[in-house]
Amino acid sequence: MSDIHLDSAVLAALHDVMEDEYPVLLDTYLADSEERLRLLRQAMREADAQGLRLAAHSFKGSCSNMGAPMLASLCKQLEEVGRRELLAEAPELIEQIEREFAIVRILFKSERQRYRT
Amino acid sequence: MPARLSILIAEDNAADRMLLSTIVSRQGHRSLTASNGLEAVALFEQERPQLVLMDALMPVMDGFEAARRIKQMAGEELVPIIFLTSLTEGEALVRCLEAGGDDFLAKPYNRVILEAKINAMDRLRRLQDTVLQQRDLIAQHNEYLLNEQRVAKAVFDKVAHSGCLAAPNIRYLQSPYALFNGDLLLAAFKPSGGMHVLLGDFTGHGLPAAIGAMPLAEVFYGMTAKGYSLAEILREINAKLKRILPLGVFCCATLLNISFQRRVVEVWNGGLPDGYLLRANGTQRVPLVSRHLPLGVLAPAAFNDRYEVFPLELGDRVFLLSDGVLEACNQQGELFGERRLHRVFSANRQPAQLFAEIQQALLNFRGELQDDVSLVEVSMVEEGSLSRGPLVFTGSGQNSPLDWSASFEFRGETLRRFNPLPFLLQLLLEVEGLRPQGGALYSVLAELYSNALEHGVLGLDSSLKCDAEGFAEYYLQRSTRLAQLREGYVRFHLQLVPEDAGGRLTVRVEDSGSGFDGQAIVEQQLRVDRLCGRGLALVRQLSERCTWPEDGRGVSVEFSWLAGA
Repeated sequence: MSDIHLDSAVLAALHDVMEDEYPVLLDTYLADSEERLRLLRQAMREADAQGLRLAAHSFKGSCSNMGAPMLASLCKQLEEVGRRELLAEAPELIEQIEREFAIVRILFKSERQRYRT
Repeated sequence: MPARLSILIAEDNAADRMLLSTIVSRQGHRSLTASNGLEAVALFEQERPQLVLMDALMPVMDGFEAARRIKQMAGEELVPIIFLTSLTEGEALVRCLEAGGDDFLAKPYNRVILEAKINAMDRLRRLQDTVLQQRDLIAQHNEYLLNEQRVAKAVFDKVAHSGCLAAPNIRYLQSPYALFNGDLLLAAFKPSGGMHVLLGDFTGHGLPAAIGAMPLAEVFYGMTAKGYSLAEILREINAKLKRILPLGVFCCATLLNISFQRRVVEVWNGGLPDGYLLRANGTQRVPLVSRHLPLGVLAPAAFNDRYEVFPLELGDRVFLLSDGVLEACNQQGELFGERRLHRVFSANRQPAQLFAEIQQALLNFRGELQDDVSLVEVSMVEEGSLSRGPLVFTGSGQNSPLDWSASFEFRGETLRRFNPLPFLLQLLLEVEGLRPQGGALYSVLAELYSNALEHGVLGLDSSLKCDAEGFAEYYLQRSTRLAQLREGYVRFHLQLVPEDAGGRLTVRVEDSGSGFDGQAIVEQQLRVDRLCGRGLALVRQLSERCTWPEDGRGVSVEFSWLAGA
């Protein structure tokens, strides 16, 4: 497992805090992230810079909490793009975020497998 | 383990919300969750949580607005709001604080730091709670205190009403808070038409200073109304205050006994600043110096009731002041002092402006108004120019005895120490029909008694009083001879008979002196200088009939009345 995509130390701490609820947290994060991605795409389609910024901001927060530093960093760049209304740069970043999320998603799924009851 | 708190988490991101909620619950708190600002506000209103974790950027209503509304609802209570934010720009952090945020927590969350922050905020919250409770307690105590003072003042105002301070020959200045500064100003007409005035200053401030004023006022008014003398009232007040006041609480006071008829003032000053006798011609200021300890200090046996007597002329004024004037302090720490007061006296041209000028001088000196100043000035006026209310009686007057006679003989020792007039007056005023003439009756009895005592028993020569020197000499001789008095007597024969439509009182006064020719004295007194006693003329004027029995020993006066008159 690569720590650039997913920080195993953070996961260990989360597991420590959540105990039995750990798998639920992972599921919640994945579901919420799908929703954030959908909002990102929608904001881009509608050329809604503020919407883009808010969705990226929120996504960034949960990624940092869940130990996905690479994804959090991409979200931060996108949030900045939204803030500065540089919508032309958004499609490229969103594509990178989707690629990175695909990796993170696989890593979380396998993490999830380990705690299946 | 800190107290279990109810904590509201407002966060739009489900994973973050779940994570925070779990951390908070694991730390023993109850967590409430909301996914946007509007939900958070509604949940706050419903559940009243004690602490809020608030995401800044949320849909529907952002954290800034939600924080403002929650702070408003919380009112005086401190509901700490910790903003959850990965905002890094300084401007955004300032917005959090301006919206009412108390702290920040950055993402990713660190549960150790979160716990520490919750605990710190809880301490702050409880501190605020304590402050509010104590503020309310203090406000409550203060309210009690003010209420007690209001009640005390209401009771006091009944007991120690201002007496005859409204009389036209009295001018005075007193703060409405004087009572709670310990200052006290009382004035009352004597049954004979003269006036007693007391300016007092109790030690201390507040209720303790005010409390002694009530018994003092009661003694002052009660005894004055019954015709007791200045010395007797002083003795009684001193004994009473000594008995009831705690050690260290006493009353500096000056008492005046002004007789408009005899045109003299008796002055006793115990511990107050010098008062002044301001002569009408403006040339002379006679200081009325404190010669005694304050009232309530000495045991009755050690108390000295010696007063000084000064002749007064029309327009002469007796001026008294409390130490608030002399002890007024300016910003350099200097006292106003007597020198400055004398300058005001000297500069004064209009007597009516004196108080205003003293106040102005104090204001110039201190730079602000002084609220513990008491001033009083009593003028010598023509006898009979003051109107006064009827004497106050405590009895119902239903069962007046009407047909009796009694004789009293007061001898040496008694004459030295005891004033029989209040005793006799009380007895006679049991007769309801005599009450409307109480003042005249008292004046006549007082004149006859002092005549019998001073000329008959003590053998004093009233012609001495024809000038100021002789006047002083007269009173010196009076007190010396009285102190040495061993024998001699004054007799009162009282005879009361019913008549058709009322009744008649005959009083005969005799003394052990060599006797005198009343008619001759009346004629002499009508001629002599006005400083001399005009007593017998007054007796003739006030009583219905005044006769001198043929044996020359004593004098007889009559009063009559009609029932229902």
